Amino acid sequence: MTSLQVPAKPVSGRPLIQAIDVYMSFGPTQALAGASLAVGRGEILAVMGPSGSGKSTMLHCLAGIFTPDKGQVWFDGRRVDELNDTRRTELRRTAFGFVFQFGQLVPELTVADNIALPLLLNREKRKSAYAKAAAWLPRLGLEGLGERRTGELSGGQAQRVALARALAMRPQVLFADEPTGSLDTLTGEMVMELLVGIAREEDATVVLVTHDPRVAAYADREVMVRDGKVIDRASAAVQVGH
Amino acid sequence: MLTLVTVPMTLLGLLEREPSHGYDLKRDYDALFGQGKPLPFGQVYSTLSRLARDGKVTSGDAEPGSGPDRKRYAITEVGATELSGWLADPIEPEPHLQTVLFAKVVVALMLGRPADAYLDTQRAAHLQRMRELTELKRSGNLMETLLADHGLFHLEADLRWIDVTSARLSALAEMVRAR
Repeated sequence: MTSLQVPAKPVSGRPLIQAIDVYMSFGPTQALAGASLAVGRGEILAVMGPSGSGKSTMLHCLAGIFTPDKGQVWFDGRRVDELNDTRRTELRRTAFGFVFQFGQLVPELTVADNIALPLLLNREKRKSAYAKAAAWLPRLGLEGLGERRTGELSGGQAQRVALARALAMRPQVLFADEPTGSLDTLTGEMVMELLVGIAREEDATVVLVTHDPRVAAYADREVMVRDGKVIDRASAAVQVGH
Repeated sequence: MLTLVTVPMTLLGLLEREPSHGYDLKRDYDALFGQGKPLPFGQVYSTLSRLARDGKVTSGDAEPGSGPDRKRYAITEVGATELSGWLADPIEPEPHLQTVLFAKVVVALMLGRPADAYLDTQRAAHLQRMRELTELKRSGNLMETLLADHGLFHLEADLRWIDVTSARLSALAEMVRAR
């Protein structure tokens, strides 16, 4: 499969985010083994692959949550893997948004509290943070739910709140790891429609990890992670054609 | 895509709703089932002729007025029974794609060619089609959405087969080469 690996090159122009020849292991398990990936500004990229292929590890490396054992991670001209913990935390808080399979909302807090939380953590004034949180509610079909505790919401509502919270800081990159994994088909579609629609409106770049082809079909492009390496299918098609 | 079998059945369905003229049947067919591929008049009338020949519809005498055909068609008992049967019977599953892909994979493994790359290419083509159907859903009406959903679920099933086959390639290669 080596010939099908993606070379460390930008997709078009300078990529906004890029991994170059990244290796990462957890004890004896090699999660990434020379994985390279480039995501253009404003692009929606689906990262697919079977369970244990390393796709979530790739997302965590791109987002500066994990530091790879070897290789480079770049964001907007900066080496993410060389930043210290404080800088990386700041980068994640200000430039990146995250949506995971389970919303990871604070169930005891209200919808408005949860959406305002990242703004408050970024030292935004309370009144301003809550005004911004309230503005997200209609965009995500959450009108009238601002005072509801998130523990009382349906799965689809909770994921929409998680999406609002991820977007509250107007991140440059939205990282979504199986964002519809816990939802039924129609609810998942609604979440994807909102995710993609708002990302386009906000000109946000999206890295979408999913094993579900129906979810991946919302992306501009998909790559496959297999055995810790990234396979670009378009490149694969070209090479097979030779 | 509506098949040759489906057109007569949809016309019978329209006629079970109410007796109708050929022109009106075409108009209703195009609105409900055409999805950008209108049914040619010739096919409407040839289908109605066959249905009449087989006793599934009756046609009245030509009515006065302009137009190519002023006959009014109505469904018969035989036609209604056939329509009910068609609605109730499951469609024959169509494993043709899997058959072709299976043959490709086995031949590739037999010849030491990159079966995994062929599957990757097929997966990319499937996903590209899924992207097109997803976009159609986002911009289309509910009927287009339902048809696109049908296509998406079929493509998804193929993709699952492709994924599982990819995961089993090593074992399959051993079996193929041992023969």
